[in-house]
Amino acid sequence: MDAIVVDGLEKTYGRDVRALDGMTFAVPEGQVFGLLGPNGAGKSTTVRILVTLTRPDAGRAEVAGRDVVQEPAAVRRAIGYVPQASGVDREATGRENLLLQGRLQGVPRREVERRTDELLELFGLAEKANALVRTYSGGQKRRLDVAMGLVHRPQVLFLDEPTTGLDPEARAAMWEELARLASVEKLTILLTTHYLEEADRLAERVAIVSRGEVVVAGAPEALKRELRGDAVTVELADADGAAPGIVERLPGVLETIAEGRRLHVRVDRGAEAVPTILAALDGGGVPVAAVTVSRPSLDDVYLHYTGRDFRSDDEGGSR
Amino acid sequence: MRNLARQPIWISIMLVQPMFWLLLYSQLFRRITDLPGFGTRSYIDYLTPGIAVMTAFFSGTWAGMGTIEDLDRGVVERFLATPVRRSALIAARVLQSAVTAMLQALIILLVGLALGATNGGVDGWVVILLAAGLVAAAFSGISNGIALLTRQEATMIAVANFIGLPLLFFSSILIARRLIPEWMRILSGGNPVEWAVRAARGQALVAAGASHVALYLALLVAFSVATGGFATWAFRAYQRTL
Repeated sequence: MDAIVVDGLEKTYGRDVRALDGMTFAVPEGQVFGLLGPNGAGKSTTVRILVTLTRPDAGRAEVAGRDVVQEPAAVRRAIGYVPQASGVDREATGRENLLLQGRLQGVPRREVERRTDELLELFGLAEKANALVRTYSGGQKRRLDVAMGLVHRPQVLFLDEPTTGLDPEARAAMWEELARLASVEKLTILLTTHYLEEADRLAERVAIVSRGEVVVAGAPEALKRELRGDAVTVELADADGAAPGIVERLPGVLETIAEGRRLHVRVDRGAEAVPTILAALDGGGVPVAAVTVSRPSLDDVYLHYTGRDFRSDDEGGSR
Repeated sequence: MRNLARQPIWISIMLVQPMFWLLLYSQLFRRITDLPGFGTRSYIDYLTPGIAVMTAFFSGTWAGMGTIEDLDRGVVERFLATPVRRSALIAARVLQSAVTAMLQALIILLVGLALGATNGGVDGWVVILLAAGLVAAAFSGISNGIALLTRQEATMIAVANFIGLPLLFFSSILIARRLIPEWMRILSGGNPVEWAVRAARGQALVAAGASHVALYLALLVAFSVATGGFATWAFRAYQRTL
């Protein structure tokens, strides 16, 4: 049985903000699944529907075999939710927060203390357990957030942008925690992120979403491999309409996508293609500012499937 | 089994405030005892129930601020994703206000006792505590409702002050009824805060007849139920915006 089933979800805010436009995907039990997309793509909205905070305008979704609209209470018992905004009581201690969350989730009184201690230990918060959350560092607070999502041993854990806002060190620590969690607890995890690297690292399968729907889904490695060749990125001195045409015609060029001043070119062998491309552009009178060559990344996968640059979509879409 | 009307965690810092207020006010108004028409020689006797109700009223009215903060920080969202009954979330906030107010009232009564006010013995104390709890619950309902509807701190503050100060002055908290201008006295009859004050004082000072006290307490209960309904309605409205 699939742990999460999402089928044609649609949601519009106000009159014209189409947050979700036919979102569809499924997550088998025990998998770590990533919803990757720029800000405004519809990731958080999807999660909020799945954790029963909000209802879709159309479409169906099931978590742990229960329909989110028909049986919200059953869904709530089976899930853990770590929202993007922390939701922790800062004027209480870490332990108190966990105890309260445990009780709210219906963990029996006798067990909640034991479970709390277990989680504090697991997340390296045992020392700070009795200190007010106000005194925790960003990374510690976020770890507490995740612990709170796990207090009742849910079947499915939802992490909405787990490391957004954390400094690189805290982010790396969180990745380690999540990776360990995934392998040990055998829980189904759905995480949303706009960090390509995060999806690449943590997710077994990724669905790239953009503008409210899934653009492509698959294992990160497989997606990258499907994109044959290397990615050559040419930054022009000025946007030039003629440039793509010049480059496309060169031998060994698989695909050319222009975005503003940048030309994203996929070629069979990057290192060898660079001189050819530069010579061609020079010959056509198009001045080049910079060039980089790299193995395809999820960024390139995104670009390939949507025709747009991830970074600019990300900045443009923040709500 | 899932209907945990769970109270948010108590903070020790908050206990210090009401103590502060009571001591301040009682010292401040000590000199007013000499005005006639109070029905009692001791201003402390007169003032204590009033202060208890006033503190309860304020703590109830400001309850919304906490809710706004929780909304901002994502705490409410987190609670909504748990199996807890939705009604329990509102009930918990109102209950917390009521209990806080009752504890504050108790402290006030104890301090009053130290300063020489007996407040009608056990009966008096029970009524005062009830009145305080009900006032807090009632206004907490309004406050939380507004908090859920507007979700803005500035609006909350404006409304709290707009409602708060007039209600305070249209009551006999600080001064005897007979000394209040006619028109204000009439209007005060419709003021829930005043109901609480009359109930509290009625029992504490002169055994004005149990029915009198019961009437006012009943009115307070009805009022609390109404505001509770308002808060619940506001909560549903909030949920629909998610």
